[in-house]
Order: sequence, then structure tokens, then C-alpha cells
Amino acid sequence: MTVERNVVCTFCGCLCDDINLTIEDDRIVKVEKACGNGRGLFEGYNPDPIMPKVMGRDTTFQEAVKEASRILRSARYPLIYGLSSTSSEAQRMTVQLAELIGASIDSTSSVCHGPTGLAMQAVGEPTCTLGEIKNRADLLVFWGCNPLVTHSRHFARYSAMPKGRFIPEGRRDRKVVVVDVRRSETAKSADMYLQIKQGCDFEVLLALKALIMGRTLDAVEVGGIPAEVLQQLAVEMKSCRYGVIFFGMGLTMTNGRDLNVRGVLSLVRELNDHTRFSALPMRGHGNVTGADQVMSWLCGYPFAVNYSRGYPRYGPGEYTAVDLLCSGEADCMLVIASDPAAHFPAPAVKHMETIPVIAIDPAESLTAAGASVYFPTAMYGIDCEGTAYRMDGVALRLKAPLKRKRPSDEEVLQALIEGVKSC
Amino acid sequence: MLIIKGGQVYDPTNGVNGDVKDIYIEGGKVVNPPERIPDDATVIDARGMIVMPGGVDMHAHIAGSKVNTGRKLCPEDHYEHFRIAEKGLRSGAGSRVPTTFLTAYRYVEMGYTTVVEAASAPLVTRHTHEELMDMPLLDKAILITMGNNEILMDMISQDKFDEAKDVMAWLLNSTGGYGVKVVNPGGVENWKWGGNVQSWDDEVKYFGLTSRKLLDALVQSADSLKLPHSVHLHGLNLGVPGNVETTVEVIKDVQGRLHLCHLQFLSYGKDKKGRMYSGASAVMEAFNEHSNVTMDVGQIVFGNAVTMTSDGPLEYRIQKMTGHKWCNDDVECETGGGIVPMEYKIKSVASAVQWITGMELFLLAKDPWRVALTTDHPNAGPFFCYPQVIRLLMDKDYRNHFIGLLPPKALKRSVIKDLDREYSLYEIAIITRAAPAKILGLKEKGHLGVGADGDVAIYDPRNYGHRGCICNFRECRRALDFPAWVIKGGDVVVKDGTLLKEFPGQVYRVVPDFDSSIEEKIREDFEKYYTLSFENYPVQEEYLKGSKEVACS
Repeated sequence: MTVERNVVCTFCGCLCDDINLTIEDDRIVKVEKACGNGRGLFEGYNPDPIMPKVMGRDTTFQEAVKEASRILRSARYPLIYGLSSTSSEAQRMTVQLAELIGASIDSTSSVCHGPTGLAMQAVGEPTCTLGEIKNRADLLVFWGCNPLVTHSRHFARYSAMPKGRFIPEGRRDRKVVVVDVRRSETAKSADMYLQIKQGCDFEVLLALKALIMGRTLDAVEVGGIPAEVLQQLAVEMKSCRYGVIFFGMGLTMTNGRDLNVRGVLSLVRELNDHTRFSALPMRGHGNVTGADQVMSWLCGYPFAVNYSRGYPRYGPGEYTAVDLLCSGEADCMLVIASDPAAHFPAPAVKHMETIPVIAIDPAESLTAAGASVYFPTAMYGIDCEGTAYRMDGVALRLKAPLKRKRPSDEEVLQALIEGVKSC
Repeated sequence: MLIIKGGQVYDPTNGVNGDVKDIYIEGGKVVNPPERIPDDATVIDARGMIVMPGGVDMHAHIAGSKVNTGRKLCPEDHYEHFRIAEKGLRSGAGSRVPTTFLTAYRYVEMGYTTVVEAASAPLVTRHTHEELMDMPLLDKAILITMGNNEILMDMISQDKFDEAKDVMAWLLNSTGGYGVKVVNPGGVENWKWGGNVQSWDDEVKYFGLTSRKLLDALVQSADSLKLPHSVHLHGLNLGVPGNVETTVEVIKDVQGRLHLCHLQFLSYGKDKKGRMYSGASAVMEAFNEHSNVTMDVGQIVFGNAVTMTSDGPLEYRIQKMTGHKWCNDDVECETGGGIVPMEYKIKSVASAVQWITGMELFLLAKDPWRVALTTDHPNAGPFFCYPQVIRLLMDKDYRNHFIGLLPPKALKRSVIKDLDREYSLYEIAIITRAAPAKILGLKEKGHLGVGADGDVAIYDPRNYGHRGCICNFRECRRALDFPAWVIKGGDVVVKDGTLLKEFPGQVYRVVPDFDSSIEEKIREDFEKYYTLSFENYPVQEEYLKGSKEVACS
């Protein structure tokens, strides 16, 4: 029996790195400090080897590589998608493969915080690392996100609760505001909750910015929020010492999308004329931030990249996975560490059913179950080492507390790179 | 063995000034002529060509968190600038902030083989190393920002200088860094509350120390650790008219070795009406007299740039001035950062004054051995404009042509018109090779003596004007634009101006000794103020596989 300390949990973008795991007979028997989500990731993880599959039938690794390479080589418009739940080492190889076969490459960002990227490219992004929030932030605004459920330790480790250098009393020194369409778990624990009408985020953000700039509102309410409540929030925001807005998919995946986020980012920019303020997207998957980073340094663009001309071209709305599938353009799909069959809109999934799909995933997801070729791989951060980027962009080294018995994503990708080169 | 035969060699470290000389390289190093030349030796006929050591860029922003944010922020920079993947080389995009492979290729195609990433916060240096792995061919080093480090500031304010020295050594060890970068000491910490510092005697809020005390302690620590490179300082009031005062003050007062980076941005005068003028004369008067101080210029190149720095309050100011998109990143307990795209316009008085200031710094420097050519890429201009800067220094007529295009107001109180100096090729070889290597303490770089690394750039003067020019001024690029041959570690990587292949470069690091009891003291603060485990903080060996230690002595 061994105990592995300070393990990084890759369930969500928090990348908590203080998890203790007790290991017995190649299994994790005890998980300490992790939240419910994190425990689910570690507990019961089975590292045993599984045979790769071609058309649902078990086969050898070499045969699967051969078939996958043939599919990729013969495709005229290959699409590579996923990346958010694997190491940045594997992500770097995926970009190389995309370049080699002239594929479109897109990450799960395009269906979560892609609009945040677009907004950032328009107005910039005043932000900070999570430790600045712990040490300085006395006002936290959670907008369209529900961290108590999705990022369970966010409150405890990074935002509402921790004591920091200039926040000696922790939660008592902070004010927590939640803006959401429903009274979520997070809203229940807030000092101030603003129930906003669905689809009205942009208007409310604009009104708030006007108030902060010293204008008066010619309205009794905006987006379901009374004008005097907005005024109160504006005063709170201007009078805090260091404020932060966290925003989630309640902003990025509702009406307005990137415009909503632009609203947040320009509001925060304006607030910096009065006090100090930062904005942080609540990134979901463990290394989705890493996918943005790796693609930015290799392609120049964070997602939605096409290599059909031998160099990276950027086209959100055109080279994004959902759009390429719905338009019926993609004629083969390589999925790495994600499950589009379970999450994409029906027309996209329908097209996936008509083209060869190659899946690389530790678990047999819905996508993997229906794939032409499926590679079961090791799980990054459990039986495979690597690098992952926290939601604030801090890179962490992932350990491999369990011995690896399945190939890693990198090994599969390396085999595919060599496979397409040789066929 | 590789033999470069019959070229005119410029190797200032060894006093070689255009002499016709053969260079022998074996096992990646320059060697003495052998008694018998082996039959399988590769011979490059360099007759009529200029042979120089590979270029050394001692201050550029090429990799890491803020550079990558700059890449992501500016898709408009990439659309029309790209490279297609071919012949086993990778593709890329971007001009002011190119992708990693493209950065490496463009440096090497310009004859540069060593580049220093000028600022990386310790917390995010793992990321910097990851990007450097995707930057082949070049030898690299990382400077670690320490000028606003809260653990260091706590110790220095309590006069625990020995402990501060140990923390510095520990930080360098645990980041795989090469040197100490100090950016606006104290000012970035104050910016986290919306403030800044204006003078060396301003207080760092809540830390009970002044910028002066902080810098002095850091300079002394670096000296007593015998780091190969001195503290690398981005001073106070960068970009602010009148900052010549704080700059001259630090040059005169500093006790110990100090490198002033992108000095151009820190050498502005201010007249009674608040107008900015070039303060280069005043700065160089002090600089020329203090041999413990070195500098790189950070010359403005007219056109597009992206400003990116750890100086958070500065980027806030630029954003207020230009209204352009703005990124800010406060890094816990360590530093800050900001990014704003920028255009330097030849018809803008402010840009012209900046350009004049840089030129005057070059032309007024008496000792080229203390000067390095940089554009603080991509802050004052992209690195691939170095050939243009070189021609401005070498060719007075060309320079005067430029001066004639500037708004006359910018020339007020400037001396540039009276400066007749033209740099010789020998002096150019000093400020692009020998001096930066010497200032950095990289003994195997920047020269072609026996034992030097086999990094060579061979320029063919017959290539004048053969290539298309990317800037608006025809003929601005001459011999030193595109080398005909580039040799990296004894391996030919560019032939006839074409990049042939790639292989990994090295990352230089220092591993100064420290009293290991310091770790327990750091751990205590660490657990209180950071958001990751102490054990997970140091950069792991996996990221340092290609690194080479440089001794501290």
C-alpha cells in the first residue's frame, strides 16, 4: 500500500493539486481532499489493458493504427476534435498530425468558452491568477456559472473562503454576488443574488457599465433587475479594492455569446479606471485551457483552425467542429479525449454516423462505442504523466500514481503520425 | 569536419577584423586547423563573403504566458503572414508575434542562433519551457522576474539579505532560469492596488521598503551569487516623458553590475510645457562613465508592434492613451503583466522622438562592448527588422533620409542631425554578437575562437537587394539581411538562404548554491499565499532535458 501526495485532479479547470491517493494492488482505494467530482474520477479507475477495436471488434494495436492511418490518409476533409481532457504533450502532437494531413482542428472550446476567445480578441482581457483572488479580492461576482456544483472546491481553495495576505478573515472580508437566471446552489450562498431574465445578460452588462461611468438609467428595470439594485451593484463594484467577475457558459452559450463576454470584459476594463478589477472564465475540462494555449503557440489561433492549405487558417463558424459536421463537409473525424456524440446537436451527430470516426479515449464513451476505430488509452494524471493548464493559465505537472498498462494518447498519436507518413 | 574557407571573418572577441581566415568546426565546436584535413570534410567556399559568429539576441519576448496571450489576442497579425509546412519543417503564422516554430526559423534565417526570453514569472515558467521545446535550432535562456516577488520583498524589508540571496538562488534553481529580471521594482506590486512608483524612494505599499532598497538588494544578491549575467533591469517610469531622471539616477547610484534593457524607452526628457524630447545625451553621459552598467537599446521600428511587459501599470497607461485592446495579468505573489497592440507612426511626434532616442543611444555610446542591438521584440518592433536597424547605423545617408521624413517638431533638442558616426561591420559584429554574449556571460557564444560553439552566419554581399522587402523603404536591407549560409553547432542548417532542416536547441540555466534551510522558510509563506502545493511548484526535470548548466563563478 502506498500513498501518493499532492496529486493533481484533472476533473475540472481548478486542477486542485493537493489530492492524496492511497494505492493498493494497482487500484486507488482511498481519495483524500478531492470533491465529489474528483473522487469519481479517481475511485474505481481501472487501468487494465483493453484491446483496441476496429468496427466494434477487438484487434491488435498495429491493425488499429493501420486502419486509422488509412482512414486519415484517404480522407479529403478530415476533422480533428477534442483535446480538452488530455495532456498538452498529446495536444502538441495532435496539431502536428492535423498539419500533416491538412485537417481542420478544433477543441471543445468551440462549444464552451470559444466566444470568450472571440471577445478577448476584440477588447482584450484584464485578468489574474487564482492566487491574487485569494490574497486580494474583496468582491466576487459569479455571472452565469454555478461553481458550487461544477467546480466544487473553487469557493474553498481559490475564491470565497480562503484567507490571503490582504484578506485575513477569508469569507468575512469578502462580498459574494451571483447573477443567474435561477437560484442555483451558488446563488443560495451569496450575499447578493440578482435574478436575471433569460437572454438579457448583454443589456444588464451594458446598463451596469453606464452606471459605473456615472450615467443615469432611464428605466425602472433592466433584464428583470430593478434599476436601484443595479445601482447598488455598481456602487459595490466601484468601491471595492480588488474585484473579480467569474463567468461561465450562462454567458457564452446563450443569446449574445461573444457579445455577452465582450460586455463583461469591457465592463472590467472600465472598472479599472476606478479600482482594480479582473475577469476570469470558469473553464470546464481539466486541460481545456491547455488546448487554447498549445493551439495558440503552434497555430497562432486558439481553436477553429484549418490546415488544408498547409498553414493554419482561422475560422470560427466555419472550421469549428459543429459547423463542419452540420454542413456535411467533414468526411472523417478523429476524436481525442472528448465525447461529441453525447454532446453535439443532433444534425452534427447525424453526420458523424455517416463518416468514419476514430476515437482515442480512456473510457468507452458514446463516441468511442460508435467509432470505426477505437483506441483505449491511459488517463492523463492517473496512469499517464503530462502537463495541464489551470483555468488561469498556470501550467502544472501531472503525476502518474498508477502504473500504465494501456498506451498513452501520445503513443497512439505518434503511431498515427508515422502511419500516415508511411501510407 | 566543416571548413569555412576564405571568408572575411569578423570576430571581435578575438580581435579579428575582416581578415581572410579559415574556420574549422568539429564536434560542434570551433577547433584548431588539423594537421591533415580529413577526406570527408565539408568545405564551404566563403570567398568574398562575410563570416560572423551566430547572432545573439539578449532581450526578446518569444515564449511563455504573455507572448502566447499576445498571439491569441492578435489574429489580425497572423492572417497574411504564414509559412507552409514543407520539407519536414513545420508551418506557422504571425509577424509581430509569430508561432514558436516560425520564430525559430525566422531567427535562424537571419543568422541568429541564440535568443534570450526576457521575462518569465516563476509561477508560469513551466509553460515557457514547454514553448521553448517547440522552438528548434535556437539556443535559449530564460530571465526570471523577481522585482516584485512578495517573498523576496518581505525578506529585504526586514534586512534579511542573506535569506533573500538564497531565495533568489532557489528561484533560479527551481525554474530552470538563467538570470534575474527586475521590472519596475515595487511599481507592479503597487499596481495591484491601482498605484505605481515614480521615484526610487517611493514606498512599496504594505511592504515597508522603497524601490531603491529593493533593487540594491537584488543587485547585490546577484553579484554575490556570481551569476554569469547581472540583474537585468527594466527601470522606473518606462515610456514616461522625463524618465531620464530616474534612469540617470540608477546608473550613477547602482553599486554592482547592472544591465539596463530597452534603454530607449527609459531615456526621455520633458520640457517645461510637458513635451517629450530625446534624453539620450544625458543618459549616455552617465552611461559612458559607469563601466559597471551595460545596456540594450530597444530601437523603435516604424510600423506595427505589440507591447507586452510585466509592467502592468505601463500597459494600463498605454491602453488609456491608445484606446486599443488591453490584456492585464496579475500573477500571484510574483509579478504582473500587460499587452497592448501598438503602431509606431513615422509622422507621429511621439514615435519619432522614440526612434531618435534609440538611434542617439547607439551613436553616443563610446564603448560598443557594453551595448547590444535589440528591438525588445515585439515591443518596439519585430526582431526580423534588425537588418534595417543595422543599415541605419552603418549608412549615414540612409539614416538622414529617414530623419528627413520625421516631423520637425520631433527633432527639437535632439542631436541626431549632428552625429556623423557610422558603425563599422566590426562594431556591428560587437553589438549583435560579441557584446551580448559577453554581457550574458555565455563564453561559448558570440565568437569563433577555438572552443566556441560552431554557430556561424555567412553573408554574401552579392545578395544585396535580391530579396523582396517587407517594409516600405526599398533597399533598406543589405548584406546582413539574409545570410547565404547558417551553421548551428557545426551543422549546416541554411544553404543558399534556404532553411534545410531542424533539430532541438539547448536551454541555458544556472544552478547557484543556496542554504537548503531556506526551503522551509519559503514553504511557510508559500502555503499561506500561493494556490498550488510547494512540491508541485519547481519546474520538473522533464522540462529541462535539453538544458545546459552554466557555472556561477
